[in-house]
Parts: sequence; structure tokens; C-alpha cells
Amino acid sequence: MKFKVKKVDRSEGLREALYIPGIAVGLKHTMRHFFRNIVGKKDVVTIQYPEEERPVSQRWRGRHRLTRRDDGFLKCVACYMCETVCPAKCIHIEAGEHPDFSVEKYPVRFDIDELRCVFCGLCVEACPKEAIRMDTGVIGMAYHSRESFNFTRDLLRDTYTPNEKTKYTDADLPKPLDQQSALPNSRGIPAP
Amino acid sequence: MQLVLEFLALPFVQDVLKILFILLLFAMPLGTFMTLMERKWSAAVQDRIGPNRANIGSYRGRGLLHIAADALKSIFKEDLIPKGADKFLYTIAPFFSFMSAVAVFAIIPIAGPIGDFKFQVTDVQPGLLFIFAITSLGVYGAVLAGASSNSKFALFGGTRASAQMISYEVFLGLSLMGLFMVYGSTQVSAIVEGQGEHWFGLIPKWGVFTQPLGFVVFFTALIAETKRAPFDAPEGESEIVAGYFVEYSGMRWSSFMLAEYIAIVGVAALITTLFFGGYQVPWLYHWESAPQWLVTLLQFGKFASFTFIFCWFQIQIRWTVPKFRFDQTMALGWKKLLPVALLNTVVTAIIIVALA
Ligand code: SF4
Ligand code: SF4
Repeated sequence: MKFKVKKVDRSEGLREALYIPGIAVGLKHTMRHFFRNIVGKKDVVTIQYPEEERPVSQRWRGRHRLTRRDDGFLKCVACYMCETVCPAKCIHIEAGEHPDFSVEKYPVRFDIDELRCVFCGLCVEACPKEAIRMDTGVIGMAYHSRESFNFTRDLLRDTYTPNEKTKYTDADLPKPLDQQSALPNSRGIPAP
Repeated sequence: MQLVLEFLALPFVQDVLKILFILLLFAMPLGTFMTLMERKWSAAVQDRIGPNRANIGSYRGRGLLHIAADALKSIFKEDLIPKGADKFLYTIAPFFSFMSAVAVFAIIPIAGPIGDFKFQVTDVQPGLLFIFAITSLGVYGAVLAGASSNSKFALFGGTRASAQMISYEVFLGLSLMGLFMVYGSTQVSAIVEGQGEHWFGLIPKWGVFTQPLGFVVFFTALIAETKRAPFDAPEGESEIVAGYFVEYSGMRWSSFMLAEYIAIVGVAALITTLFFGGYQVPWLYHWESAPQWLVTLLQFGKFASFTFIFCWFQIQIRWTVPKFRFDQTMALGWKKLLPVALLNTVVTAIIIVALA
């Protein structure tokens, strides 16, 4: 069998052997970059991370949030769909009854262990009420303890700003059973 | 007052003052500055930003504080001596590197003489031969560090460094033969004086114009002496980690690094002195009524700015040219630089004889 072989000429011409033309060509490139970055228009693509953040796509699956109805109450009806579908088994819901008949059922407790979450987005797909979303655009989540990654219901809710027509204030929402206080979110802003 | 003036007039005191001035106010600050500038400039070449995070409060000084941060860090780092290392040799190795880098400044004039007073620590008779002697001492730094560390990588680095530096010493000397012939002396002050003349009152008689080939060979050999890219096989980051100083830590390691950067400044100062007229400001002789202090200041400014430019140029070369394999380093030296240096010597000799 005959192979098609392309022979590359590797003999050193005078140009190669002298090195200097080669170095000059290299210097032309490095100096162009050098002077453009020092005095002229900067080509630097670095993002100064903690101060600047990379813009993320709208479809980017970031930290979860629980959406609210127009009147400000949680949309979630505690149907357990997301908990069932979650491949990482990191959602924990406890359903409860609410005195307001328009609410029916609501999550007394809604915890997501963000350390176990694989950010697959299946919970968002599964939810019949569009109650859970991953559109907060929060990229970095860094805390000092494992417990901090167990996001509670109020924390998940409060990454979302309620609109003006809010009927329920936060005080109207029954406290979660374990009285866990909301943790600061990943940008270090404490939840209201 | 009288006593102070007399004390200052003592040759010994003047020498000490000159050493302090040249080292503490010129070579060391520039060398330390280069440690940061190497990172900043390489960042600019590669479209990055470079170090800019060290801060005092909210003041960052565009990364300048990294110099202080580096110094503090290396002072407080643990100073390890590996098991089985030869303690004595291990301790003195950095001194050899540092000393040979610093000693170059002893014979470099930073400004023109005023009367009997020379802005030069010592104008020894052998002149540049002193430089060759000192740079060969620098080999000991690398070799001792490599041999005493009780580490294979360090040993490899040390042997590579010794082979490379000893062979490039040959071309270092040979490339300057033409220069000695043109200016008729090995003494630095005489060479710089000679470069103050002009052809047709227009082109300064700099070494780079009289000895272009010698300049290229000398520059190449000097870069090889400082063991920087493209001749950094002794440090060979990709195969032997850091070569001869791989086991060093803390302040000892810093003195190796600082020695390298002071050597860069030394190389730049040597190139300026020998091939770019040293402190000679071209066309200044037209202005005869210039006050002495202004002339001296201009001369120092010219010398310092050329030195700075060549520091920059070496760093630019480092971030442009890929590393030579070790056999390529040797082939380049013995098969290309040696004939070129010899040719340069012969041609220069013929021209000088023909013109005379
Ligand atoms: S994104 Fe995936 S892993 Fe994370 S909570 Fe939702 S379903 Fe579970
Ligand atoms: S978030 Fe959606 S899927 Fe999950 S329990 Fe609430 S309503 Fe059901």
C-alpha cells in the first residue's frame, strides 16, 4: 500500500540559519502588542473578577430562586415535582396549609442543598407553576461553612424583588418551621 | 567643615561613596524594578494585565507595591536546606551569583569625568578583562548551587549552566577583540572616550556602527551568560523545573532572582557603555558654552535611559524567542558565533591596517 506523503522541506535556508530575521519577525509581533497595550488602545481581555463580572447568557443556569405571584406570595404549590425529578436529590420540601383560601398549599419548608446540586435545570423543567427558576445570573457562590449552602425558602425567594402590586408583605408569610434565618446571598448582601 | 571636606576628598571615602551611589541608587533599584517590570511587560506582550493586586488600603500603585510584597514574603519564608546538602557550599552559592552580577558596575562610568574626578568606581588598567574574570566567577554560583543541593534536577541545571557559560565566555571575549582594536585599549574610559568622536561631525563613532557584528555576538553571548531565554536551558522550566536553584527557598532564592535581574541591568549598562557611546551625548560638542553640571546631568540621563531601553529590550527578547534546546545552544555557539567572532576580528584588523 502506498501512502500519500507530503515531504516538508526542513533544510535550513540562510534566513533560518541566521536567526536574526526570524527574531525580527517575532519582535515585530511582540512589540506591536506591547506598545498597543502600554500606550494605545488596550487589547486586554482580562475581567477583573470580583469587581467586574462576566456577562452571562440569559439561558445560563445560575443560582435558583422561587418566583412570586403578582400579589407577592410564593407561586410554589408544594407539588413535589421538582423534588422527585431532581437527580441529585438535593431539594427538600415540606407542604403546609395556609389560612388564605387562594393559597391552598404552600411550602412550609423548601431547602436546596446547593453543594449537591448539579445545576441540571430539571427542577425548572418539571415545575408546573413556573415557581422555581435559575435565572438569577449569580455565578459565584462561596461561603465558609457547609451549612451555608443549604438555601432555605426565604433566601431562595428573596433573590427576587416583588413588584408594586404586592398584597402580602414578608411579615404575612408564615415563618418556616425551623425558624432558620435567611442567609446572605452570594454577593454578600443580607436578605431583607 | 574643613574636616568633613578633607574626609570627603580621601580617595577611599570617594570610592565608597561612588559604590554606594551606583549600587544603591542605580543598579539595585533598577534591578528590583525589573522584577516587577518583567511581569508587567510580559503581560502587555501577551494581552494580559499583570500583577496589580498588592495594596495598602485601597492604594494599589499599578502593581508597584508587589515589589514590597515580594521582598516581605521572601524574608519571612522558611529557609530550607535540603537533607544531605552541603551546607557551606549551599549557603555561599547565591553570594557568587549576586557578587558577579553586582561587580560589573565597578568599571562602568555613569557620567563623564570632571577634572580628576571620575564617575566610575575604578578605572582598572585591564578594563574589560576584569569583566570576563567576574562573569566567569558567576559560573560558580550556578555550579555550586547545583552540586550542593543534593538533587538531580539541580545537578543537571548546574552542569548545563557550567557548560553553557564557559563556552559562551569564549565568544564574549572574542567578540570584543575588534572593539579593542578600533579604540586601541581595553580600558573602559578609553573606549568611551573614543566613542565621543563623530564621523564628518555627524554620525557618532559608536561601537555599534564600528563593530556591528561584534555587537550582535556580544549581546547574544551576554544573554547566554545571564541564562535567560532563549538560552535558559540551565533553568529549563519545562524539563528540570528551575534547574540549579530548584531547592532554594526564601531569601536565598530571592538573591538568585535578584542577581539575575541585576545582571540584566549590568548587561544593559555594558552594552550601552561599549556599543552605544556610554555617557557620551552625541552632537553635544556643538554647544560649547554648556555649563558643566548640565553636561554631567545630560550624560547621566543618556546613560540611564539607554540602560533602561536595553533592559526592556532583553525582556522583550525573552518573551519573543522560544527556548533553544541544549545541543542547539552549543551548536549556535561553536558553529556560528565562533566563526563570526573570528571573522569580525580578522576583518577589523585588515580594515585598520588598510586605513593606517
Ligand atoms: S438543578 Fe438539577 S440538581 Fe439542582 S436542584 Fe434542580 S433538579 Fe436538582
Ligand atoms: S417549585 Fe414547582 S415543582 Fe417544585 S414543589 Fe413548587 S410548584 Fe412543585
